[in-house]
Amino acid sequence: MIKIKLLPRVGNFAENKDIARDLRIKELIPLLDKNEDIVLDFKGIDGVTQSFIHALISDLIRKYGSVVLENIFFKNCNENIKKIISIVVDYMQE
Amino acid sequence: MKIYLPNSAFLGNIDPFLRSFDAFHPERLEITANKKWISVHPVVLCMIAALGSTVDKKKITCEPLEAKSKHYFERMELFKMLDINSGIHMSEHEPAGRFIPLTQIKSSMELTEFITEMIPLLHLNPVQVEPIKYVVSELVRNVFEHSESKFGAILCAQYYLDSKTIRIGIADTGVGIKKTINRVYPAKTDSQAIELALVPGITGTTSKVGGSEENAGAGLFFIKSIAKVNRDFFIIYSGKALYKLLRTESKKQVRLYADPRKDKHSAKENLPYWQGTIVGIDINLHQKNEFSNLLDAIRRAYAQGIKERKKIRYRSAKFI
Repeated sequence: MIKIKLLPRVGNFAENKDIARDLRIKELIPLLDKNEDIVLDFKGIDGVTQSFIHALISDLIRKYGSVVLENIFFKNCNENIKKIISIVVDYMQE
Repeated sequence: MKIYLPNSAFLGNIDPFLRSFDAFHPERLEITANKKWISVHPVVLCMIAALGSTVDKKKITCEPLEAKSKHYFERMELFKMLDINSGIHMSEHEPAGRFIPLTQIKSSMELTEFITEMIPLLHLNPVQVEPIKYVVSELVRNVFEHSESKFGAILCAQYYLDSKTIRIGIADTGVGIKKTINRVYPAKTDSQAIELALVPGITGTTSKVGGSEENAGAGLFFIKSIAKVNRDFFIIYSGKALYKLLRTESKKQVRLYADPRKDKHSAKENLPYWQGTIVGIDINLHQKNEFSNLLDAIRRAYAQGIKERKKIRYRSAKFI
């Protein structure tokens, strides 16, 4: 299981979609292709935008199907971050 | 182009100001103003600064302001943006707790830095700050991703202590919403394009439900929802059209709709042509509606909206 700490990359407000895209393409997809489980650690992050979460995970759900959610774990999310992740996960599976 | 700074122009009464804007002769800009008192929403300043960014600075003229409130425009750095010597002298005040002056943002990293730096200026608590950061990030990133504006986004904000309301304006001089939406959807008018842009899941980058890899088409819906839940105004003006979300009365329960036509709003189609997009929003920070409750409501409305869209797309087999 590979743990990725987001705070050093995005600061305490995760809104930069360019960083999310790079993380998805350069790290998450190669790890998932190797059947690795991933922990995305939101420790220290106060807020996220829906756009950031979309850029981070939506294409993973589209590319691998919703089964990919068995391999990605969201850790140390506050209530609002959980809700925004849930909104994105919901609409990608509709 | 000619623009007149009126006595009053906030989101509730901004229509006459927009109607009075003269978009002819885009190579020059002439600014005139009410002589007694000028009190305007930050979106008005953004519009003037955005127009100024498109014009050779030598071709911008601004009559000397006489209104007693003229210092406000100096403090918001309007004249600095326009490269005009206003002749207004003032002692510098610490801006903390009151406003974000006119700022031009051209890149993703500039935006990230700006969001970090702007928050201390407002001296608000973390719960109050969350929707402000959210709105600024999503709106400015929309400009980067869709507007094709070489001047980026211009924004400013003012916090009104008495009403505990922050008013935010963002302007760009890019291609406008209709051109962006028309890449995927056949909107015939600016109004139709704005309405489509406000529907969750609709983006000018793809027709896929759920959006493209980097774009969900949800940003404007979220922002309209923040205004609606707080019973505030929200405007979007692009091309010749204005969509204005009107306040929900305090007696009525707030309900979010995926279809912006169902919201209490006004729409204008024949305004002077704005080359680009303008967004203005008020956020009452006194309301007890926490961001968390808003997200629950958005989740429900979003799911409902996608179901409705799928129903529209669903085609039955035709047996003849």
